[in-house]
Amino acid sequence: MSHSDDSPMDNVIPEHEVPDRSRDLERHRPLFDRRIVRSAIVDAFKKLHPRRMVKNPVMFVVEIGSAFTTLLFFHAVVTGRGDAHPAFIFAVTVSLWFTVLFANFAEAMAEGRGKAQADTLRKARQDVIARRLRRGLAHNISLGPSLLDPECRDAELEEVVSSSLREDDIVYVAAGELIPADGEVLEGIASVDESAITGESAPVIRESGGDRSAVTGGTRVLSDWLIVRVTTNPGETFLDRMIAMVEGAKRKKTPNEIALDILLAALTSVFLLATVTLFPFSKFAATASGHGTAVPLTILVALLVCLIPTTIGGLLSAIGIAGMDRMIRANVVATSGRAVEAAGDVDVLLLDKTGTITLGNRQATAFLPARGVRESELADAAQLSSLADETPEGRSIVVLAKNRHGLRGRDMESLGAVFVPFTAQTRMSGVDLPGRKVRKGATDAIVRFVTESGGTFPVEVKATVEDVAKQGATPLVVADGRRVLGVVQLKDIVKGGIMERFAEMRRIGIKTVMITGDNPLTAAAIAAEAGVDDFLAEATPEAKLSMIRDYQQKGHLVAMTGDGTNDAPALAQADVAVAMNSGTQAAKEAGNMVDLDSNPTKLLSIVEIGKQMLMTRGALTTFSIANDIAKYFAIIPAAFVATYPELGALNIMGLHSPTTAVLSAVIFNAFIIIGLIPLALRGIRYRPAPAPALLRRNILVYGLGGVLLPFPCIKVIDLALTTLGVS
Amino acid sequence: MQFILSTLRPAASLLMLFTGLTGVVYPLAVTGVAQALFPAQANGSLIEKDGKVLGSRLIGQPFDDVRSFFGRPSATSPAPYNASASAGSNLGPTNPVLAAAVRERIAALRSVDPSEAAVPVPVDLVTASGSGLDPHISPAAALYQVHRVAKARDLAEEDVRALVLEHVEERALGLFGEPRVNVLLLNRALDEVARRSASE
Amino acid sequence: MTANAVVQFLVFLVLLIGLALPLGAYMARVYNGEARMAQRLLSPIEHLFYRIACIRSDEEMPWTKYAANVVVFNVLGAFVVYLLQRTQAALPLNPAHLPNVPPEVSFNTAVSFATNTNWQTYSGETTMSYFTQMLGLGVQNFVSAATGMAVLIAFVRGLVRRRAESLGSFWVDLTRSTLYILLPLSFALAILLVSQGVVQTFSGSATAERLSPTMSNGHGVIEQVLALGPAASQIAIKQLGTNGGGFFNANSAHPFENPTPISNLLQLISILLIPTALCFTFGSMVRDRREGRAILSAMLVVFIPLLVATTVFEQRGNPILRGAGVDDVASAISSGGNMEGKEVRFGITSSALWAVATTAASNGSVNAMHDSFTPLGGLVPMWLIQLGEIIFGGVGSGLYGMLIYAIIAVFIAGLMVGRTPEYLGKKIEAYEIKMASLVILLPAAAVLIGTAVACLVPAGSAPIGNPGSHGFSEILYAFSSGANNNGSAFGGLTASGTFYATAIGLCMWIGRYWVIVPVLAIAGSLARKKVVPVGAGTFPTHTPLFVGLLVGTIALVGALTFIPALALGPIVEHLQLLAR
Repeated sequence: MSHSDDSPMDNVIPEHEVPDRSRDLERHRPLFDRRIVRSAIVDAFKKLHPRRMVKNPVMFVVEIGSAFTTLLFFHAVVTGRGDAHPAFIFAVTVSLWFTVLFANFAEAMAEGRGKAQADTLRKARQDVIARRLRRGLAHNISLGPSLLDPECRDAELEEVVSSSLREDDIVYVAAGELIPADGEVLEGIASVDESAITGESAPVIRESGGDRSAVTGGTRVLSDWLIVRVTTNPGETFLDRMIAMVEGAKRKKTPNEIALDILLAALTSVFLLATVTLFPFSKFAATASGHGTAVPLTILVALLVCLIPTTIGGLLSAIGIAGMDRMIRANVVATSGRAVEAAGDVDVLLLDKTGTITLGNRQATAFLPARGVRESELADAAQLSSLADETPEGRSIVVLAKNRHGLRGRDMESLGAVFVPFTAQTRMSGVDLPGRKVRKGATDAIVRFVTESGGTFPVEVKATVEDVAKQGATPLVVADGRRVLGVVQLKDIVKGGIMERFAEMRRIGIKTVMITGDNPLTAAAIAAEAGVDDFLAEATPEAKLSMIRDYQQKGHLVAMTGDGTNDAPALAQADVAVAMNSGTQAAKEAGNMVDLDSNPTKLLSIVEIGKQMLMTRGALTTFSIANDIAKYFAIIPAAFVATYPELGALNIMGLHSPTTAVLSAVIFNAFIIIGLIPLALRGIRYRPAPAPALLRRNILVYGLGGVLLPFPCIKVIDLALTTLGVS
Repeated sequence: MQFILSTLRPAASLLMLFTGLTGVVYPLAVTGVAQALFPAQANGSLIEKDGKVLGSRLIGQPFDDVRSFFGRPSATSPAPYNASASAGSNLGPTNPVLAAAVRERIAALRSVDPSEAAVPVPVDLVTASGSGLDPHISPAAALYQVHRVAKARDLAEEDVRALVLEHVEERALGLFGEPRVNVLLLNRALDEVARRSASE
Repeated sequence: MTANAVVQFLVFLVLLIGLALPLGAYMARVYNGEARMAQRLLSPIEHLFYRIACIRSDEEMPWTKYAANVVVFNVLGAFVVYLLQRTQAALPLNPAHLPNVPPEVSFNTAVSFATNTNWQTYSGETTMSYFTQMLGLGVQNFVSAATGMAVLIAFVRGLVRRRAESLGSFWVDLTRSTLYILLPLSFALAILLVSQGVVQTFSGSATAERLSPTMSNGHGVIEQVLALGPAASQIAIKQLGTNGGGFFNANSAHPFENPTPISNLLQLISILLIPTALCFTFGSMVRDRREGRAILSAMLVVFIPLLVATTVFEQRGNPILRGAGVDDVASAISSGGNMEGKEVRFGITSSALWAVATTAASNGSVNAMHDSFTPLGGLVPMWLIQLGEIIFGGVGSGLYGMLIYAIIAVFIAGLMVGRTPEYLGKKIEAYEIKMASLVILLPAAAVLIGTAVACLVPAGSAPIGNPGSHGFSEILYAFSSGANNNGSAFGGLTASGTFYATAIGLCMWIGRYWVIVPVLAIAGSLARKKVVPVGAGTFPTHTPLFVGLLVGTIALVGALTFIPALALGPIVEHLQLLAR
């Protein structure tokens, strides 16, 4: 944005409160949607193909184990003297296959939920007829008046299918029509319904120039018309990327997921070794003790499958997909899973004051004239300088002038006025009238202006400025040529609930930094009121960029939001960069996430989703490994009871027989995957707390719980099997 | 070439230098200082009499004469208490050979002193030591044998017991190690007492 | 456990930590080149060494070069030891006229001493000449320990340095470890040990006329040949360098190696001294002493319960012997307990403490025969070895092994608090996890595969010394000890045959260098990273919570990997013993 103070309110309906997290994250379909479940079941079988299974080493081992016991079963049936009783082998085999299927089902469920989201989006991508400016004309008619003239328009337009549109094509979209492709508004202003993408039913304004110029294909123009320059080629549109993302087609494993995968593969190897070597060990033991035989291969496979981390192995990709899914349900599109994960690591948030910390539209609340100037004179000049100023502040000055002094709008052209727009360099705006130069702007800018015009800046105005700033309001100094007329007080309104949110962030170790174009005094007052940890006052895009670099140099991970083209360098530099959907194309390209709601407060939710995803992985890994202890107690005595009956002392669960013991363990191992699917999809409960507190809680629940839970569960399954007559 | 210069040369030189320093200088220096400061200990804490070496106060010797205190069973080969081939039995706790050996030793002890048949035998007297050269037995094991030795030597049981108690070495600093009796020294003292009482 | 045992353990730990604190600080100064006093004394020698060997004292090596130097130096060392053994008959200082050592035993011994394992497939008195002991084994005792310390210091540098490409100079770290730390400490310890009666002489043996001639094989035995030798100097470094290779076959159970309870205490402290002190050195080098204390606490949290367990089981004695009429109750005049394979002067308490200390550290010297321990009393040393020799562990190697576990624990903890994990500010990513997995996986694989092969081939099961499940324990212990570079044994297994000499030799090699290389790789990767600043979202690694997590990770990995095997060995043997 050109000037943080003036950053426009993006939504027609401003967000007055910090969004409630539960609404952000829980706005969605039920966990087990019947249609998704049905297709997930089918997919679970399709995913049995080894080429797909091999991507998940843990479950691939289970599949090989299942295939192996299947062979053992047939061998036992055919030869009549197999590895173990055929019925036992059969039961184990079925349980093992179910383990694989359940894991596949979990993944398919997660994907299915993504797909459902994608289908909704795809509806918006229907081919529509686009009215394109003939290509030959494009170069000489940049914004030719002919296009603005309804008469000439038709002659220069041709109707094409939207999918044939290319970058730099120019299209005309009238009220009621769908915008055929992503692009940038060249001309016109219109209200656009973006609900197909954002789910937000309130229409938004899109207009040329500035930060509200980007439009998305598939959204509908409600009123007026737009001339749009297409910015993407077919298949690369925002919608396409989004669909690819939610469908998981482009899903690459995130760095952390890769690391965890390696650890799981290592654990799998350890357990593979521990079980495979049991065969010679038990053979030796049988010889040494003089009775019994080597442990049946079926039991070894069962033990292996029970020990390797199938719970996390089976749910790992589901957790990843679900993380992306949760982002999408929060109306954020991440360009990569890596970005989602990085969000969990962020420890510095750069937040634009406007729109994030305060309500976007700062209001002019008072005219404070300089000595010897009447308030109405100040109001008049202020109004004059703001008539052509479409920023919320500008508008609020006009409104205040009207309310206080009954000043009506005037026709600029008839006054011969020329509007001088705001730039980041001059940091002021105003009008040039014949013989007059009226300016309003930041104090230092006006000081410079007045001095250059040969005047002096009155001391008492300086005092007024400081007074206003101290109150956390923004002083806008108005000058007419060399004469300083006074100060317009603009007041910021800090959003409700934001302070608590920042306190929460602080507790989990995230530093919040307010970015504002305000002078340091004002900034300090607002920072104190909002409760941020730090602030950057009088921020320029360069200052922002160097601040990010600074933090990164110190090892921090920085997140920020932005929407303007001049935010792009900072967005590109930040580790997590959320571009507002309403923002410019450049900003969206530079960021690694796009917030469809264009709600800067969303950053806070994004961080939480990132953390939650990592935590879910960690918790289930711990749980999965902790489970093994109970399984050892079930299977070891069962496996060796023929050789060493004394090992029966380890059967502390009092399981009925070796058969039921092994089966109970295997069945528990399969069903725990199903049992944990909701947890994997929803993520474990996240409460903002310092790291040690989080860890203590998660170790207690998933570590200790993981050790203890299987004991009663296996016992219950054993009782059930016994009741069913298995012996 | 580069590899040889940068890796092999320092490696070989350092190995050579350390061989000289830690392999030659160090043991020679220790030997020199040790021989100067603690010659008796450095040379094996030998018990010498009339120029003859009678043993080391640190190394046990086998005794199977009923008139002497027995030391611990020794698993060295070819003979027990072979001080040039130290070894333990390495029998596992459930090894039947261990149980049989212990039973046999208990039976042997009881056969030379039937009056003790009902008393459990102190464990160290029937189990082999780790080195096979253990010079010590526990005071309990020594006291267990007092009756037999006194009877065989025709000494007053009280005198023998007193001799044993005299030879009990307490824990170092009252804390480390265990109370113990050096069998070789005890038997030598016993011989001395016996000789003295015989000459009286 | 007796009251004496409790007090003894406490006093021991206090002494240990009291001595380790100043030593740890001193070592940190040595490695940072700030030990002024010692440098004034020793730096002429140090720089003479550098000059002769063409070493620049300020050289900086990337991890690859550091690792290459480690391996080359150690291969060279092993090769020299091998040659010495193969030619000792023709070399001087061989008063007993011992023949050349057979090739497979030579190979095994060479690897064993170069890898700081000191597994002895030979009997000291009757196999190695003094020349071999001093110039081969004695030298490796120093340099293999120094290698471990050097690698640790390189690893710590990896944690400390920011955006650096190098880890220091192996030659310098090696030289300083030997010259400034191992050599002075060994010298002092050796003299102290001699004062207690440890022999130190170059005369081969003394012959004693025995007090009471006995009959053996029909011959009257009237002499006792007392094997002597320069033992104290070797024993000092074998304990301080966590080598453990004894001068005599019975190792520190031999009265000439360990004559008194005081010599026993000195050696016990020496076993754990440098590994303990290195924790403080680590804390000092990472500029947060709490980190070092946390690691030491984790070690103690594992060590103390296992020490208590072994003591309790050994003190309980052997029910079979009790049934046969043995009195094994502890009293003021008898240590009681399971005394088979133990020395009276050490009794149960000092033997149990030694067994746990020597296997916690990768020392492997023994003052009692582990093979004759009760099943669970023997399970503890075996499991401590299987944990990867990280509870104290070898000098240097124990701590770097522990830090690898810390990395794994931090990774899991990081996930559980929702943040990419970091240890001491360094992000733990896929590469580190990959290498750390190798460090944990390779020795475990060597143990299990080695044992499995031994179970299958006749050459593996024939040399067993005890029947039944205990025989299996012997094999398992042998491979555990070899692959984790401990060196102690269930000695009933005759490991001098070709199969064991070769197989254990390979395991020792894998367990040492296939661990050192990935450890240095991690160090190299960590050195390159920047440091993440500490915040409320950072999971602190100096708290009891982290200690608990670290211990939990170690115990869980150790238990899950080895429970099935242990079930078929000591666990079932214990149950059998109970059943009788």
